[in-house]
Amino acid sequence: MSVKRIVPCLDFNKGRVVKGVKFVNLRDAGDPVECAIAYDEAGADEMVFLDVTASHERRGIMKDVVKKIADVISIPFTVGGGLHTIDDINSMLTVGADKVSMGTAAVNNPNIIKEASEIFGSQCIVSAIDGKRIYVDPESKPGDRIIVQTEEGPCWFEVWIYGGRKPTGIDAVKFAKKAEELGAGEILLTSMDRDGTQMGYDIPLTRTISENVNLPVVASGGAGTLEHIYEGLTTGKADAALIASIAHFGIYTISEIKEYLRDKGIPVRFKKE
Amino acid sequence: MTTLCIIDYGAGNLKSIKRGLEKVGAKVEITHSIKIMQNADGIILPGVGAFGDAMKNLSPIKKDLIEQIKQGKPFLGVCLGYQLLFSESTEGGIHTGLDILKGRVVKLPNDVKIPHMGWNTLKIIQKNISLVEDIKDDAYVYFVHSYYPKVLKNDFIIATTNYGVEFASIIAKEHIFATQFHPEKSGKTGLKILDNFVKLVKGI
Repeated sequence: MSVKRIVPCLDFNKGRVVKGVKFVNLRDAGDPVECAIAYDEAGADEMVFLDVTASHERRGIMKDVVKKIADVISIPFTVGGGLHTIDDINSMLTVGADKVSMGTAAVNNPNIIKEASEIFGSQCIVSAIDGKRIYVDPESKPGDRIIVQTEEGPCWFEVWIYGGRKPTGIDAVKFAKKAEELGAGEILLTSMDRDGTQMGYDIPLTRTISENVNLPVVASGGAGTLEHIYEGLTTGKADAALIASIAHFGIYTISEIKEYLRDKGIPVRFKKE
Repeated sequence: MTTLCIIDYGAGNLKSIKRGLEKVGAKVEITHSIKIMQNADGIILPGVGAFGDAMKNLSPIKKDLIEQIKQGKPFLGVCLGYQLLFSESTEGGIHTGLDILKGRVVKLPNDVKIPHMGWNTLKIIQKNISLVEDIKDDAYVYFVHSYYPKVLKNDFIIATTNYGVEFASIIAKEHIFATQFHPEKSGKTGLKILDNFVKLVKGI
């Protein structure tokens, strides 16, 4: 049986984890390699590493970190942040990343998805979409936006780039469909409204995108309770749940999350070994 | 020491499978040299990119690769490297494969999300095959694929997996083995499969 995936995400800056991971047995909570080992052992299904370093020396450090991570973990992992060219992607895959995610680069130049998926295969090209709700007057004409009803009122979802600093005017649902056509193999979908709030994933956003593409969708942004993860994977129709604070701060372990999901009838993987 | 060669026929991550094989005690070379392939004790055909491109990239060594496999050298195909063993694939038009096994590679059904990406279980059909020694029924392994081979001979099917359709996730024919999933990304279960392969190459 195919299972839902629990995917811890670590942000790192200049080779160090930005928000420390609170595992009791961790010698150095800022070391992405140590954190990766801990999550692999804890039963994570995959991991995502996002480099938020804002400087030109980033590539070298990133390559070094990715290489070290690849040497120690036995589950797949995605690397994202500042990858713009075929060369950037190649350098990450060569040192052992399984997938690369592209957000800003794919908006500025959607063809990079096509080019990269043709060279490296769709399976390793993740389209990272940061979506933000833009509420509309119920009476207004939607134009070509895809309007979604939410508890807070009708809205559409706008793609933002540069780490959530710049709006694009692009409809996130349409962009996801375009990414699929161009050859992306997965959508990493982050709600900007919910990211960091621990208020739960943006379910209407997740569900709408999941229903509009035939690709695996990873829900991201807002998971704060076990119920949130359950909601994201059921009502939100996501295939995987990205988690950050809920795991890093030691609120729940991966096993606790999976036991909760299993008890509610969601297929999850337990490490039997 | 047992030397295995991983056939390098395109861009991508070959490091994981190399590392996995090294962990279980093999010496591994990533190569596109016919000579190294001929001298190796076993051949790994990994999975990178699309079927048509892969066959194109393999063309300089295709004849020798087929010869090596047919001569009885232990072979492990992974993901696309598994699919390439078959007669043809429908990925991006009809492309001819290595034609070592009869059958056609077709797309997963439309009612499931494609690619099939993530962990899924193995149903072991033939337990007495060395590649799956100590692998339990319902063990989880990691898949990433959009196509699967329709295996014509049931004798070759060692394990199956269900994703919209029940497909052969491990096959074996004499010294030829192949998996649709990525053993190098499948935690301890995957490492055990690689270990089993290395052992059978060593003749243990």
